Amino acid sequence: MSNQGPKTLFDKIWSEHLVGQREDGTNLLYIDRHLVHEVTSPQAFEGLKLSNRPVHRPEATIAVADHNVPTINRQNIEDPQSKIQVETLAKNTKEHGIQYFDLMDQRQGIVHIIGPEQGITQPGMTIVCGDSHTSTHGAFGALAFGIGTSEVEHVLATQTIVQNPAKNMRISVNGELPFGVNSKDLILYIIGKIGTAGGTGHVIEYAGSSIMGLSMEGRMTICNMSIEAGARAGLISPDQTTFNYIKGRPYAPGTEHWDQAVEYWSSLPSDNDANYDNEIVIESSEIDPMVTWGTSPEDVVSVKGTVPNPSSAKTENKKKSIERSLEYMGLKPGTKITDIKLDKIFIGSCTNGRIEDLRKVASIVKDKKIASHVQAMIVPGSGLVKKQAEEEGIDKILKDAGFEWREAGCSMCLGMNPDQLKPGERCASTSNRNFEGRQGRGGRTHLMSPELAAASAITGNISDIRDFT
Amino acid sequence: MDKFHSLKGIAAPLPIVNIDTDMIIPKQFLKTIKRTGLGVSLFYEMRYDNDGNLIKDFVLNTSPYDQSKILVAGDNFGCGSSREHAPWSLKDFGIRSVISTSFADIFYNNCFQNGILPIVVSPENLDQLMTAAKNQIEFTIDLPKQVVKVGNHLIKFEIEEFRKERLLQGLDDIGITLGYKDKINAYEEDKKNKKPWLFKDN
Repeated sequence: MSNQGPKTLFDKIWSEHLVGQREDGTNLLYIDRHLVHEVTSPQAFEGLKLSNRPVHRPEATIAVADHNVPTINRQNIEDPQSKIQVETLAKNTKEHGIQYFDLMDQRQGIVHIIGPEQGITQPGMTIVCGDSHTSTHGAFGALAFGIGTSEVEHVLATQTIVQNPAKNMRISVNGELPFGVNSKDLILYIIGKIGTAGGTGHVIEYAGSSIMGLSMEGRMTICNMSIEAGARAGLISPDQTTFNYIKGRPYAPGTEHWDQAVEYWSSLPSDNDANYDNEIVIESSEIDPMVTWGTSPEDVVSVKGTVPNPSSAKTENKKKSIERSLEYMGLKPGTKITDIKLDKIFIGSCTNGRIEDLRKVASIVKDKKIASHVQAMIVPGSGLVKKQAEEEGIDKILKDAGFEWREAGCSMCLGMNPDQLKPGERCASTSNRNFEGRQGRGGRTHLMSPELAAASAITGNISDIRDFT
Repeated sequence: MDKFHSLKGIAAPLPIVNIDTDMIIPKQFLKTIKRTGLGVSLFYEMRYDNDGNLIKDFVLNTSPYDQSKILVAGDNFGCGSSREHAPWSLKDFGIRSVISTSFADIFYNNCFQNGILPIVVSPENLDQLMTAAKNQIEFTIDLPKQVVKVGNHLIKFEIEEFRKERLLQGLDDIGITLGYKDKINAYEEDKKNKKPWLFKDN
C-alpha cells in the first residue's frame, strides 16, 4: 500500500494506526478500544499474570459479561462454570483497573450492542474484541475485528496487534429497498452470493445508496455478518447519520472536541478513485426477503423459494454438503420455504437485538397471538434497549402476543446459557449462525430478519412479511 | 510457545467443507478458564452420541486415526467464531497440523499462536492428500523446506516468513512487541495531541 494516491477508508485507518514495523517484517497496529467479555478473556489475564505483565492502558478497555449470562433469574447463575467465568471477569477487571459493566448495571448487554450505545465506538478507530462479531462496529467507519485469546493478551499487554494489511473489497448495493426487504435480507443475500469464504483476507466496504440509506442500526446488522462472508471486517463510510447517532452518548467526544472529531471523521470516506482488489455491484430490486435453509449462512434462498435439490449442485463437494445439511435440517428437496413449520422463535443477538428491531416486531405482532405450537422469546441486546422498549410499551405488546420477555445477553444465538434448542427443534432466528448444533445439539436454525421472524411467530410457519396482514 | 519443525504420521481425513469452530469445539466447552483439557471434547457432536458414548465410525475414534497429529479437511476450515478453544482442543487432542484448501482468517491466526501449522494446498493436491490419508499412507511435513511428502509425492506449500520463523523458534509474540514499547509510547503521545478525544479516558 503506497502512502500517495487515492486511499480507501480501510487504507486511511490503517496508516493512521501504524506504530511501526517489527524486525520480522510484521506491522504493529495501534488499538484504540478493546472490548472484553467473560468467555475469551480468562486465559489472557492468566497469561499476563504468569509472565508478570501489566495492562498497558486499562482505560482503553471496557468489559462486560454477555455470552454466558442467564436471561431470567440472573441474580443467581446456576451453572457453576458460567458463574466462575463471570466472577473471574469481575475479579480480573478490578485487579487491572478496567471498566466493567456488571450484571446488575443497566448498561450491561451484548458487547457489540453496548459499544455503539455508549458512544465507545467511533469513526476512524481501531477496535478489537475476542469475538468474531466485532465486525459490527465497522458500521461507524471503525476498523473492527475479532481476535483470539492470545491476541487479547497481546492487546492488553501492548495496546497493539500484529497484523498485515487486508485486501480491499467493495460491495455496492444501489436503489431503493423493495417493500419487506431490509438490512438482514441484504446481508444474507450478499453472503449467499459471495459464499462464506468469499471475503477471506479482505475487509469489505459496503457502499451504494441502499446501504447509505440505512439507519445506524441497519448498518450494524450488515457489518455484523461480514464475518459470515469470511471477511476480516466490514466498513461503511461515516456520514451525518453516523455523527447524529454518536452525539451526546456517554463516551462520545464532548463539546470541547466535537468539531475537531467530526472534521477528522469527515475526511475518512474512501477517495473517489480509490482502488479495490474486488468489486461487486448489486441492484437492490433483485433482492427478496431471505431465509437460510441449511447449516451455513451461505445456504440462503428467497422466502418465496424452495429447499434446493442436491442433484442440481455444480460440484460433487457441494452436492455432499447440501445432502449433509438437508439431513441435519430434516428437510426434503423442493419443499416450499413457507411450508416449513416452526417450534421456536428467537429474536435478539448482536445482529438484531436493538430497539429498531424490537419496534418492528412489535408493530407486526400488535393485537395478535403467536401460533399455539410455537414458543417465542425476545432477548433485548442490552439493559438500556430493554428499558427503552418498556418505556415505549413494546414489552406489553410482545407479552400480550405470547412472547417471553427476557434480560439482555447473547442467549440462544449460541446457547451457552440455558436458552437452547432441543434436538430436532426448528427455530426462526434473527441471529447470525445456523451451524450444526449452534443453538443446541440437533437444533435446526433458520436465519431471517426480525420482520420475517415476527410474522412466522404468528403463523407458526416460515412466512413472507409481504403476504402478512 | 511450542516449536514446530517437522512432523511424521498418518493423517486423519475429514472431507467436509466449511467445518466451523462450533463443530470443532461446541459452546458448552467454552466455559473453562484454562487452555488445556479440551482434546477429549474435540468435534464433540460428531464424536459422541446423545448419551456421551463414542460414535465408533467417526474417523478420530478409529485406529490409527485416533493417534493422528495431522488432519486433512475440506475448504474453509475453521470458519465462524474467534474462539481460540478451537486450536486449543485440536492441540490437546494431539493435532499439530491441519491441511485444507483454505482457512478462515481468525482461526488461521490462532493456530500460529499455539504451535499448530495450517497448510493451504490446491484442490487437486487436497484430493491426493485426502486419498492418501484414507489409505493410511504416512505423511511427512517439513516446515523448513515447506513441503508435505506422501509416498513419492512432494507437495510444496507457502507460508509467510515471519509465521514460519515464529513456529520454528517458538517465539513469544508479546515479548517481541514489548521490545517496541518506546515506539508505542511515542505513538500515544503524538495522538494525544492530534486526536485528544480518543484519550478522554473514561
